[in-house]
Amino acid sequence: MNKKNEFGPPLHPRGTRLEAEDLEKIAHVRAKPNAKYAWAAGTAMSRFLEELKNGRIIGRKCARCDRVLVPPRMFCERCFGPTTEWVYLPGTGVVETFSISYIDQSANRIKEPILVGTVAFDGAPPHCGIMHYFGEVSPEELKIGMPVEPVWKPKEERVGSVLDIKYFRPRKKT
Amino acid sequence: MIERIEKATDIRHWLGDMEADHYYYSAGIAGEKFFVALRDDGKILGTHCAACNLTYVPPRIYCEHCFAELTEYRDVGKRGCVVAFTVAHYNKSGERLDPPEIFALISLGPGMTPLLHKLGEVEPANVCVGLEVEAVLKPKKDREGKITDILYFRPAKLL
Amino acid sequence: MNLNKIRKDVAVIGAGMTVFARRLQETGKEMSWEAAKMALDEAGLTLKDIDAVIVGSAPDAFDGVHKKGEYLLDGAGGTNKPYMRVFTGGGTAVFAPIAGWWHVASGMFQRVLVVCEEKMSSVQPHAQSAFGHIWDPILDRPLKPNLVWIFSMEMQRYMYKYNVRYEDIALVAVKNKRNAVGHPCAQLADPNITLEDVLNSEPMALPVRRLDISPPSDGAAAIVLVSEDVAYEHTDTPVWIDGVGWCIDTTMWTNRDLAFPKFVAKAAKMAYEMAGIKDPRREIDFAEPYDPFDYKELQHLEGLLLAEPGEAAIMTREGKTQRDGEFPVCPSGGLLGVGNPIAATLGIKIGEVYWQLAGKAGPRQVKKDVRTGVAQAWGDLMQFSSVIVMRRR
Repeated sequence: MNKKNEFGPPLHPRGTRLEAEDLEKIAHVRAKPNAKYAWAAGTAMSRFLEELKNGRIIGRKCARCDRVLVPPRMFCERCFGPTTEWVYLPGTGVVETFSISYIDQSANRIKEPILVGTVAFDGAPPHCGIMHYFGEVSPEELKIGMPVEPVWKPKEERVGSVLDIKYFRPRKKT
Repeated sequence: MIERIEKATDIRHWLGDMEADHYYYSAGIAGEKFFVALRDDGKILGTHCAACNLTYVPPRIYCEHCFAELTEYRDVGKRGCVVAFTVAHYNKSGERLDPPEIFALISLGPGMTPLLHKLGEVEPANVCVGLEVEAVLKPKKDREGKITDILYFRPAKLL
Repeated sequence: MNLNKIRKDVAVIGAGMTVFARRLQETGKEMSWEAAKMALDEAGLTLKDIDAVIVGSAPDAFDGVHKKGEYLLDGAGGTNKPYMRVFTGGGTAVFAPIAGWWHVASGMFQRVLVVCEEKMSSVQPHAQSAFGHIWDPILDRPLKPNLVWIFSMEMQRYMYKYNVRYEDIALVAVKNKRNAVGHPCAQLADPNITLEDVLNSEPMALPVRRLDISPPSDGAAAIVLVSEDVAYEHTDTPVWIDGVGWCIDTTMWTNRDLAFPKFVAKAAKMAYEMAGIKDPRREIDFAEPYDPFDYKELQHLEGLLLAEPGEAAIMTREGKTQRDGEFPVCPSGGLLGVGNPIAATLGIKIGEVYWQLAGKAGPRQVKKDVRTGVAQAWGDLMQFSSVIVMRRR
């Protein structure tokens, strides 16, 4: 051990940069992962998915905190006690936030943007809801705070998935 | 209240998989030297740490014990002896292997870290710790710069 | 939190890092060694002097090797030593040093090495494929999301609630990519980048555009932490860790107002209390907040209580956060300029604060005299933050 001397910011850092075309030229191995998953939905989400098949949104109430959790959970993460009853929600809400995406899941560019965001449900605490698509609205019209309603797939096409809702659209003024 | 579930797919579930299509693993700086020497010259290289008197096979650019930078690459030859071995009767998908495959840790000399590979041209009953073995390589035109450029190790011919 | 139970003061006496690049040839182990060796050399120590090793690394799914910490450890110097791995997504960059701090502050160990590594180039076709796994499999993945979507949604909410202009957010990208010109490891330094370049860059998921985002990178970084008992044996300029804090919010991100990161404020308060800081903006001289996106630098400055919500954009517009400004922010060039190998950004957060406070940052040294700096990292599904306050005495 010796008393160290003056040094600068990382001097002569190491690392061999590669270009994409170098990848095939150097020693390497390519391997495919072989894992498939069956994620258990759990008690709360199973009911949530079941109700989506029925064309309804369900939440779970925590009586101690006096709030409805959606997506539903069997425990409240705030007071850490069990939630107490099932509560149906109207399914309407407002746009909490949104994004206009020109890239898809694999980072490929797409021409027609995907409109996606989160919906804060009526009947739930502020800001609480789920992520979903927006439709029947243009990117310019989409605004935070806009009232929206779900558009469901026809009954025979619903399977018990968040995709049983096609998208949320601006709520028509009656 | 809690039932025993045997299969995950017996209860409500959601199916999916790993999203990555595949993985690209670079061999690294030391790995590059090792695999190029194996492919082009049919040689097995190691790096030597003088301070610890240890030779890493396959080679590494650092000694994991004293952290010294290792730059001395050596040809460690192709003869060694079996340090440990196992006879596999099932493959990784659980299917029966007939004939069984023999995997072994082979030390290519004193003070060298053992190399994992297969044994060939030998019956499981005739394998033992200490068995002298030699590497059998693919013909040069078939070598790709992969660990499988070595086909297996077989009992060494008596010199 | 009982501050009276902390036994020993802890100092940073060395740091190291590899270059950051879209892809490096080195294996994860080799990168770890390169960074760790540099840190040990600066500290004047050998591996034998190190009592324990902490490895920080983000999802195994990037490198494609499970139990990644154990896989890396022989290159991280951990063979035959007490070892642990920590992981909190991007937060690991500052959380791994905190884990190292526990080891020394408790009095159990005197000299500890913290190594962070990331090899995002292994996963094919793109790092996005590995990111796909952090979403909820039942609620989010069926919608085929791209990770940029949630940052975009958070940015949207932040701009809406605090009236922040996109032009001011884009100035952060310009500042950091220019700052990075002085960093030898930088992947994306650009001395000529202008505001127009950012505003006109291709839309990814609006409001986010291509130049608002840091890229995936390969890299490694390391620091050496020592106890007060031995610090002055090795150096004249130890930099002391005076405060640490960390906090996490719910995974149910669709149940939160994304405009203000409460968990960053909680982590900051924990660190400030330990450091005896009552008025952060006045008592802290400069900051290295986590900047994977340009809007994050602003939002994190506010989360760190260094600016009122909405004020960080104005500070940026007025040039206050430049290296020669009154409150330099990301003098290293940040993730936007140097690169983003997740956990290895340790080198440009903690490493940078260390080099600045020790007066050794060379061309990146901020103009004003600095005694106290704060580094912050952020990770997981936009839910975790770690904060460290460092001081020169």
